[in-house]
Parts: sequence; C-alpha cells; structure tokens
Amino acid sequence: MTEILGVPVAVLSGQLMLGVINGAFYALLSLGLAVIFGLLKIINFAHGAMYMLGAMCTVLIFDAFGVNYWVALFVAPVIVGCFGILLEYFLLRRIAGQDHIYSLLLTFGIALILQGVLTNIYGVSGLRYSMPEMFRGGMNLGFMFLPYYRAWVIVAALLVCFATWFMIEKTRLGSYLRAGTEDSQLMQGFGINVPLLISLTYGFGVMLAAFAGALAAPIYSVSPVMGSNILIVVFAVVVIGGMGSIAGAVITGLMMGVVEGFTKVFYPEGSAAVIFLVMVVVLLIRPSGLFGKEA
Amino acid sequence: MTITKKLLTSAIASAMFVGAAQAEISDNTVKIGYLADMSGTYRDLAGPNGQTALEMAIADFGGTVNGAKIEVVSADDRNSPDSASSTARRWVENENVDLIAGLVASSVTIAVSNILEENDKLGIVSGSAASSITNEHCTPNHIHYVYDTYPLANGTASAVVKEGGKSWFILTADYAFGHALEGDVTRVVEENGGEVMQAVRHPFPTSDFSSFILQAQSSGADVVALANAGADTTNAITTAGEFGLTQSGQTLAALLLFLTDVHALGAQSAQGIQLTTGWYWDMNDETRAWSDRFMEKTGVRPTMVHAGIYSSTMQYLNAVKATGSDAAQTVRKQMMDTPINDMFAKNGFIREDGRMVHDMYLAQVKTPEESKSEWDLYDIVRTIPGDEAYRPLSESKCKLVTQN
Repeated sequence: MTEILGVPVAVLSGQLMLGVINGAFYALLSLGLAVIFGLLKIINFAHGAMYMLGAMCTVLIFDAFGVNYWVALFVAPVIVGCFGILLEYFLLRRIAGQDHIYSLLLTFGIALILQGVLTNIYGVSGLRYSMPEMFRGGMNLGFMFLPYYRAWVIVAALLVCFATWFMIEKTRLGSYLRAGTEDSQLMQGFGINVPLLISLTYGFGVMLAAFAGALAAPIYSVSPVMGSNILIVVFAVVVIGGMGSIAGAVITGLMMGVVEGFTKVFYPEGSAAVIFLVMVVVLLIRPSGLFGKEA
Repeated sequence: MTITKKLLTSAIASAMFVGAAQAEISDNTVKIGYLADMSGTYRDLAGPNGQTALEMAIADFGGTVNGAKIEVVSADDRNSPDSASSTARRWVENENVDLIAGLVASSVTIAVSNILEENDKLGIVSGSAASSITNEHCTPNHIHYVYDTYPLANGTASAVVKEGGKSWFILTADYAFGHALEGDVTRVVEENGGEVMQAVRHPFPTSDFSSFILQAQSSGADVVALANAGADTTNAITTAGEFGLTQSGQTLAALLLFLTDVHALGAQSAQGIQLTTGWYWDMNDETRAWSDRFMEKTGVRPTMVHAGIYSSTMQYLNAVKATGSDAAQTVRKQMMDTPINDMFAKNGFIREDGRMVHDMYLAQVKTPEESKSEWDLYDIVRTIPGDEAYRPLSESKCKLVTQN
C-alpha cells in the first residue's frame, strides 16, 4: 500500500473526509460570526452559547413534545434566532456605536449566564438524543466507513453556507444590509427601517449558530458547556479568514477542519493548538486575514 | 466523710478537665470544607449533589458531635489547582476548617494535600482517580477513599485480556490522569500476555473523536481502550457507535465511567461496555435504601463518589466522637483503626499510605431489554477483592511506607 510519512494513503483519505466534515461545522459557525461582525461590527462572544442553545433546544423539544429531527432542524434555529433578536433589541442596541469591547463583554456575560443557568438545571453530563432512524448505519467507501449522518452534515452545511453567501452578496435584501451598515442615516433617508434590519441580521447570525447546534445534536454530547470550547476555535477561524469576510469564513472553516484532521494523525497532541498556530502565522504575514480586504 | 466525698468529686472533675484538655474539639466546632468542581466537566459525578451527601451524613449523625456543632462550608474549585489552593489555604489558615472533603480533579487534590500537610489538617479524597495520590504524592494528612486508576486498570483491562483481547489501542486524555491510567493499563495488559500496539494522546477536552476512532479502526487492534473521563469518554463512545467500531469486531473498553456518564449515553449506546466501579446503587437493600433517600433530595441516583462522600464523612465523625478530638493525626489514626462496614464498603480499611482498601466491582452495562428503568444500568459481573484490586504496599513509593 502507498504510504505518506508512514501513514497509508487510505487512512489519509479517511482523515481528509473527516476534516471536511468538521470543517463544515467550523464553516457554519464562523459564517454566523462573520455575518454579525461584518455587518453589525459586534464581536459576538455569545456565539458558542447560541450553538449550545440550538442543540439543547433540539433535544428539549423532542423530550417535551416529541418534535422529530427534521422539524427541529428548522424550529430550533427559529426559536434561538428569536431569542437573539430579543437580545439585540433589549441589550445590544443600547451599546451600538460604542467601542467593540463593550459588545464583546456584554455578549460574553450573556454566554456565561446562559451556560450557568442551564448547567444548574440540566447538569453537564449531557442529554440523550438518538440518531434519527433513517441515518443509522453508513456506507463503505473502500478507504473508510462513512456514517450516513456525517455525509448529510456536509451537504446541509454547505447548502446553508452557499445560500447565506448568495443572499448577502447577490440579492437586493443583501445589498440593503450592506448599505445599511455602511451608512445607516442615508438608508434611513431612503425609507429603509435600518434598526429592524440590524435586529434581523443579528437574529440570522444566531440562527446559523443554532442550526449548527441542531446538526451537532445527534453526534456530539449535548450539554450546557458544549459551546465554550468551540467558540475560541471558531474565532480563530474568522481571524484567519479575515474578519467580516463571508466567503473567507466558509473556505477557512473547511480548510482548518482538514488541517486539524491531519494533525490528529501526525501529531495528535498538537491538534488543539494547530489552528492557533496557523492564526499566528497568518497574522504575521497577512494581518487582515487570508480573504480580508487590506486595511 | 464529706471531705473525702468533696475530694473525690474534685479529683474526678479535674481528671475530666485534664482529659478534655488533651483531646478537645477546636472552637467547639467541627468545620468541614467541601471543595469540588461545582460547575465544570466533573460537576455531575460529585458537585452540588456531593455536598448533599455530605450534609445527609451530618444529619444522620445527629448534627452535633460530643456537643460540638458541625459546620459545612463549600467552594467551587473550577478544576484549577491554583484556585483550589487559595481556597484551601484560606480555609485551614484563617477559617478553622478541620476537614476538606470532596476533592475531584487529581491535580487539585495533589495541590491541596500539600497545604493540608503544611498545616496538619485532614483531607478525604472521594473524587480523584490518579493512583499517585497515595503513592508518590502521599501525605500523612489525606485519605483516598473511593477508587483509583490502579483497580480501574486491574479490573477492566485484565478482564478484557482474559476474554481474548490481546492487542490494544489506547486513546488517552493528554494530562496527568490520562497518563497515569495509560501506564497502569499498559502494565496490566502486558502482565496478562497482551500487547499495546499504539497509544494516541488526544487534547483535553476534545469534542470530535471521529479522527481518533478512524485511527483505532485502521490499527486493527482487538481492543480500543479509552483512558479518559467525562464528556471525552461519552463523546468517544457515541462516535465509536456511529462508525460501527464494535460491529467490525473490535472491543471497546472504557476505563473510567461514572454512572452519570452511562446514564447520559443511555443503555442503547452503552450496552455491553465493561467497567470497574467502587460501588453501585442497586447492589443490595442497604445501598438501595440509601440511594432512595439520596434520590428524594437530588432527583438522581448517586455515583460511587456520592456514596463515598457519605460513608467517609460518617467514618470521620465517628472518629471525632470516639477520640473527642478534631486534631488531624488523632482522627486519622482512629479512622485507620476502625474497619469500615456500611452501605458503601464491607471490611474496608485505611492503610498507612492513606489508601482506603475495599472491594471493587467489574460491571457490564445492561442492554435496553434488560434495563428496567432509567437508572437500571449495571450488571455486577465480578467482585474484585480489595487486596487484589489496589496497589500492594510492597510496590509502594509512598514516603510513609518506605520509611518503615
């Protein structure tokens, strides 16, 4: 069998596949962050908590009302998205225009409160959520066993990412959004309800995180602390991609998934740090990020 | 006559006074500090419910000891040795805490035991796993009560090797506890004629194990062993199920699983897994009766750590009562001299290195068909006698043992 650095190619192809799958999660999450930062200039430290809420919500509405996976995949992000809109309306709006540090601290505080309250109620061991029946099992690709669900994760995440990019960059609504954040007074003058637009954008970014959470529910341990670890990684992804760059966030998310995947084979101890290492290098060579506009 | 009588009474009175002066309870209060992870990864296995177990013991004991009141203070150690050390120091140096109970993360325990030794106060460790706590890190000021990595390896690993699992792939959490467990497992596997093909160390914590599970699958090892804990373990087990690890003929062995982990996984995903535990709630009428009371207060079934906190607190208070003192060495000696016979352990005893030696149990997780209720999760397959389960004193590196 052909080998690269002592590792069979078949094993590497499997890892490449898994890297793309994990990257799909990073892409979804960093996309939401990039939308919120790019359009609203809010550093959303509550993003990990929103991801967690999406997953928790999926499990809880199943336990309480028997809501199935497909419905939850739609309903959970909507519920969490509405919650995000309330946060924007009652809290974030009050510090609009202030230094970035205010939104960072406010959202970080919100994240800690959500995590603390839910930990008190549900504990940290994780809630049970079983895999939807139709996704049980998987296919043999020759070089690896690919569970059906993981294949679905790539498809779903990429579809949502593409739709988001298309909406913001290519539609009229997207152009209003971009213009509204560029010069809100002018847009107000044209009769566009800019505050509403901002609330909806924040809600949408939060929805993306919650969607990633709902997507994660069947395969990861669902608990109130699940968002805190992933948050920092996703921030690093956004920084590498270039703060605010929509396409950059998605592509970098996928790339970092693959980089991390390979590190898990060649030097597993370093897999938690490798993304930050890339971040340092990128910041040194290209401070605005791989896809960021030169400042 | 009257003079003799007076003399006699005053003699008795002064004798009592002298007795009281030699052994007394400081400030007429026994103060217990409960230090544990109250909000992080290890919250559910000890945490706030562990404090409930501690308070149950005090209430059952009667709330006072020899007329002295019993007080409890508690703090979150946040799994940080630094934060735990400053709390412990404040407690023992300024706030007259006599006993520190709980103690979960091994790194926290090692840091706190040094402070206890400096100040000659007592600690009872119920949550930590590392066997080094009563080996190279032993002090005359702490007792390790519930379990450690030595019997975990001994129980589970030797059972799996004997069933034919000769080649091993170990997935280790990359920190002190994981390394200790990996070492203990490797020793047991090799002693029983097996072989460790590969050990991969994953960062703590890791949420996605698919990459490691794929490596385990392509290694072709008979056994894939998890030397990690908490969410890392449950995540790895879920992923192994998803990728069909056991269907392809490999055995999955989790070396440290708490009841709360198995409950989170559910019988469907966890069925058939073998594990070693120090106690299980559904073993006999005594354990069930206590667990029912615990469940009334907390809504969940107790882990071995919860039961151990109750039992060790009882043992401690009985020793304070018998000696009339809360001085660390007096109480520790009395605890060592008294065999432990309660719902937690039968004929348990505390060795000079601070290890409480008691029977351990090899359990197997029930199938969904066998499991009659939410918490009906284990079948006890084998009782491992205490002497066989724990590291023998002849192998000990503890300063308290080798000096003798």
